Amino acid sequence: MPSKMPSQPKTSFWARLFSHQIVIPILALLLLAIFNLISDPTFFSITLGHNSSGNAVLSGNLISIIDSGSELAILAIGMTLVTAASGGQDISVGAAIAIAGSAMVRVLCGGESSPTELKAPIIVAFLIGVAVAMFFGAFNGTLVAYFKIQPMVATLILFTAGRSIAAWINNNELPIVPGEDFKVFGGYIPGIPIPAPFLIAIVCFIVTWLIMKFTNLGLYVQSVGVNEKTSRLNGLNPELIKLMTYVFLGVCVAVAALIKVSRISSINYSVIAKDIEMDAILAVALGGNALGGGKFSIGASVLGAYVIQFLTTTLYKLEVSAVALPAYKAVVVIILVVLSAPTVREKLSRLGKKLRPDKHGAEASKA
Amino acid sequence: MSFLFKRNQPGFLKKPGKMTDTNLLTTITIVVFLVMYLCAIVFLKEGFLKPQTMLNLISTNSYLIILACGMSLVMITGGIDISVGGVTALVSMCCAVYLENNGGSVPVAILMSVGIGLAFGLVQGFLVAYLDIQPFIVTLAGMFFARGMTTIVNANPINVTSNESFMSLKDTRIIIPLLGSTTKKGKYIPATIEIGVIVALVIVAVLFVMLKWSKLGRSFYAVGGNRQSALMLGINVRRTTFISHVLCGLLAGIGGFVYFMHIGSGSPAHASGAEMNAIASSIIGGTMLTGGVGNIIGTLFGVLSLVLIQNIVSSIGLDQAWWTGITIAAMLCIFLIIQSIIIAHRKKANKAAGAA
Repeated sequence: MPSKMPSQPKTSFWARLFSHQIVIPILALLLLAIFNLISDPTFFSITLGHNSSGNAVLSGNLISIIDSGSELAILAIGMTLVTAASGGQDISVGAAIAIAGSAMVRVLCGGESSPTELKAPIIVAFLIGVAVAMFFGAFNGTLVAYFKIQPMVATLILFTAGRSIAAWINNNELPIVPGEDFKVFGGYIPGIPIPAPFLIAIVCFIVTWLIMKFTNLGLYVQSVGVNEKTSRLNGLNPELIKLMTYVFLGVCVAVAALIKVSRISSINYSVIAKDIEMDAILAVALGGNALGGGKFSIGASVLGAYVIQFLTTTLYKLEVSAVALPAYKAVVVIILVVLSAPTVREKLSRLGKKLRPDKHGAEASKA
Repeated sequence: MSFLFKRNQPGFLKKPGKMTDTNLLTTITIVVFLVMYLCAIVFLKEGFLKPQTMLNLISTNSYLIILACGMSLVMITGGIDISVGGVTALVSMCCAVYLENNGGSVPVAILMSVGIGLAFGLVQGFLVAYLDIQPFIVTLAGMFFARGMTTIVNANPINVTSNESFMSLKDTRIIIPLLGSTTKKGKYIPATIEIGVIVALVIVAVLFVMLKWSKLGRSFYAVGGNRQSALMLGINVRRTTFISHVLCGLLAGIGGFVYFMHIGSGSPAHASGAEMNAIASSIIGGTMLTGGVGNIIGTLFGVLSLVLIQNIVSSIGLDQAWWTGITIAAMLCIFLIIQSIIIAHRKKANKAAGAA
């Protein structure tokens, strides 16, 4: 009954554009890109070179951004779903990466500190890593879904214990994984000049996108996040869906752990993926997702992750030391969230209207 | 308007056997702490028999008590502040640089610490309360900012050794009568605590009184319990949220100075994980992150339980680094599950009572 519907308030093209979720990360990306273009025009140059093993590889700032931002992007996929379904964030992903990575290294090295050959096929190690990460994801998910503990607090448990468990798996040793095969995941696939982590991230994104496209899971996750009671009345099982998002995040964690461990062929329990949980949550926030659950966009989160990496690389370019980086990041983040806060947006749009009075306003004032 | 907050009335006004959520969770914490301490005394005689062991633990962790108190305030109001550890590190670094390199005076350093904490509280409180930004994101940025600023102020650890007035303050010990012990040679060693403990206990007392009997304290509970009804009661929700964050920032500043007074140095690595320990102590002490439930006395015992279990674990020989993390996590897990079960039961009982 279209006639009975209240007529949609006419919104300008800009207002409609700005209400779209993905606009925030794109704007941030554009801003950073323009800034870099002005300060250093060679920032975007990409060169084709050869790495130590003789493969043709691309190099340049952009390549290093898509390379090192990939773990973050993979985590952002899972974190978005967890945020959407449970209205909270998992702060244990960094610790979980340490656990999954440690399990993989343990299987690959068979408990020896520097074996000469792999003790198990890589795929077996990876699957065990996935299983371990899924188990810990299920642990978090059970606490959140069935014991009704707030996600941040529930995952605080694993956050505190995770790195200790990771150290315990390998008896606090730092084994070195032998061979070149294992380095592929964090380096380059022979014959392809694009970094492997980026390809893995794309595969993860496409798989998730297909799952969301061809099943109702995305809709279910969103409805549980918007209103748990209503979803239950509609025949959904909110607990199970919440649990599933946490298990799915576990899979993402395992993939990220594979890349992280593969990069250095070893593991350092206290340093690996340090503070990545904070960056992953920022990626979700930057993607314009409601941190209280509900509406979500995985693409926006992934883009948000690369924006954060872009920012990091830009700051490095400006010769900010690695330890002082968080301070600058924090300022940028605060500016971004303040600009995207509803009250500030409202004020800005009101200010815009005042500056540019439209015809309606002019006629009304005449009458 | 105390009749409006029937849920949180002191226990003695109610029928026996029906405690409020807050009192029940606090009681559990205190009982667990006492049982743990008794077990430690019975099974691990040598160290724990002396009161000084416990007093040392409290002296070392007095800063954590102050941080956890601030955290409880914010959590009771329904928010969270994870910048407290960063602020602690920033304060101790600033004080160290000021006292060691610039030859500053102690009172100015104290003012500076309070000022830094207050500034963090004001900015974060404004962003959370008046711009409606998620407290987690705001204080996350606050934590990053504080940690980054710490290394910008001075990238390397710095020890304060030349400032005499500070050194004398740092070494001041307060003697507690009756708790001293006698060595085998018959020499009497008095039990002592650091100044920080007094500061922490005063803060605990003040906050306890404030939360229990002041209008502001009650409105913290009201806002955390249900924002909508608090608004309808005429409580200024935004201002209450703002004040809770300002107080938390202020306490983080004071806690930072107490930490500095204990450790006497500044380093970017200081107080790492303090925010998580503070949250964990608050939760063990019976504060719930959903807001509206919590107690400062519980928080005090939460901190004590946390540090006691760490000490017990290391003294029964499990001194590899990973055991501490795993035990704290296990303890947190148990407490969380107990809380969740109790609250679920209570809800069911309330529903049944309402239906009957």
